[in-house]
Amino acid sequence: MRPFEWTRLAAALLVLCGTLGVPAWIVLAAGSGSAGAQAPRELRETGLYADPSTQRIASDVLAFRPQYPLWTDGARKRRWIRLPAGSSIDASDPDAWRFPVGTQLWKEFAYERRVETRYMQLGGDGRWVYATYVWSPDGRSASLAPQRGLRGACQSTSGAPHDIPSELDCRACHQGTPSEVLGFSALQLSSARTSREPGDNAAELQLDDFVARGWIRDLPREFRERAPQIAARSERERAVLGYLHGNCASCHNARGPLAELGLDLEFSLARGSSAVRTSVGVESRFQLAELERSERIVPGAPHASVLFRRISSRDPLLQMPALGTHVVDTAAVELVSQWIEQDLAPARLADTHSSHQRQR
Amino acid sequence: MLLKSLLLVAAAGIGLVLVTTAMSDTDRDHARSVERGRYLVTAMGCNDCHTPLKLGPNGPEPDMTRMLSGHPAEMALPPAPGLPEGPWNTVAAGTLTAWNGPWGTSFTANLTPDPETGIGRWKEADFAATVRTGRHLGRGRNLLPPMPYQNVAALTDADLHDVFTYLQSIPAIANRVPQPLPPARQ
Repeated sequence: MRPFEWTRLAAALLVLCGTLGVPAWIVLAAGSGSAGAQAPRELRETGLYADPSTQRIASDVLAFRPQYPLWTDGARKRRWIRLPAGSSIDASDPDAWRFPVGTQLWKEFAYERRVETRYMQLGGDGRWVYATYVWSPDGRSASLAPQRGLRGACQSTSGAPHDIPSELDCRACHQGTPSEVLGFSALQLSSARTSREPGDNAAELQLDDFVARGWIRDLPREFRERAPQIAARSERERAVLGYLHGNCASCHNARGPLAELGLDLEFSLARGSSAVRTSVGVESRFQLAELERSERIVPGAPHASVLFRRISSRDPLLQMPALGTHVVDTAAVELVSQWIEQDLAPARLADTHSSHQRQR
Repeated sequence: MLLKSLLLVAAAGIGLVLVTTAMSDTDRDHARSVERGRYLVTAMGCNDCHTPLKLGPNGPEPDMTRMLSGHPAEMALPPAPGLPEGPWNTVAAGTLTAWNGPWGTSFTANLTPDPETGIGRWKEADFAATVRTGRHLGRGRNLLPPMPYQNVAALTDADLHDVFTYLQSIPAIANRVPQPLPPARQ
């Protein structure tokens, strides 16, 4: 095609985009085949809103809520996804969905007011773009944050600082698993929910809804017939394993860069949970100062358990997760404490073990 | 028959030469990488803190029997001295492997390829993630002062590859460096 024709085609595309209200950069990026995407300067340019002035969400952008959300110091969150028209997510591996080029995800964080909206987009080169947009105090616009992030950009509800993550911070968590999308999976969207996060509403779609709309294909039949759920001995254990999955497993899993640590807190729909096997009675590399030998989880003794001590702390040398939070999730800590003290008490574990032996 | 044998011998000879050449290229690349890594580690001053100083006849000098193995595990330290309010807010042990300041007490890491106590099990990606982000393995706690990771992060990927290749080539020294201490437990 001659240069003149390229110019005419680009001009025609821009006119078309203006007519349809579609951000031109999406069309140009999608048409570029192998090209990577770039985050636009303003949130409104990502196409989240049908009308940026009223901030009405675009009709082809769908809301969802994971049942095991990441704790961010009590922030209220809203999440959305858009797929390019006619495309769908390959869900044949229930633990590693494959998203089509052009997929966009947004997550909005709010305390007293909206603070930031994080954004991911899958480029034609197969790489995710990570960006975050910081809201103006009057809530009228959100602009691209610096790549290095903003420490202490505002305060959370409890008065602790809230950090806008750097791009490397985003990648640190998201690139620990094959799909890089953490909160949009068969388990997280399942209708068999044990959500601890308030605010579920009808506009937030679940697994069945996305399947019905044709956004998810090749989901294994067993999960179409029965909503996926964490296998556990009690509702409390299910909630704990879900919490560990949503808050720890993006790093601590058997498939990512930290696999060598041998701590797998991910719940796999294919393999089940290895959380107990890789933590209970297992020596920790991180040693507690007052103990000769520290274990990740000591059954019946939360305060001697490194896992419990680290999620209970926000001392920068001790805290887990190591980034993204300044305030302890007290409800989760209490839940994990009860699980270690009661569900994992040595007598209970012995019962489980002998029952397991009998089955063999 | 003779011709066939000669051809076979010639083919085998050519194959052997090709394999040898290829291996030599790999070896040469590795040697080049180790040498450039040694140059970068030396010029950037990594030994200043990661190799303990000992007192010799000419004053403090690096103890090269412990090269890049970090703070000696057996060196028990008393609590760091408290400093009065003011600009003097950091102290270091004479080995320059233990530092105390407003962040707490930090001990320099074992960079040798010992699999249990050093970075022998690390992949190059782990090393790059650590120095690029300033976080342990790119995901954990922040690296602590006085580690100037920002300087190391300015290296190109090729330079970081050479530094890592060199560090994996030096003698492994078993030395489990203590964990850092927060200010409250100094």
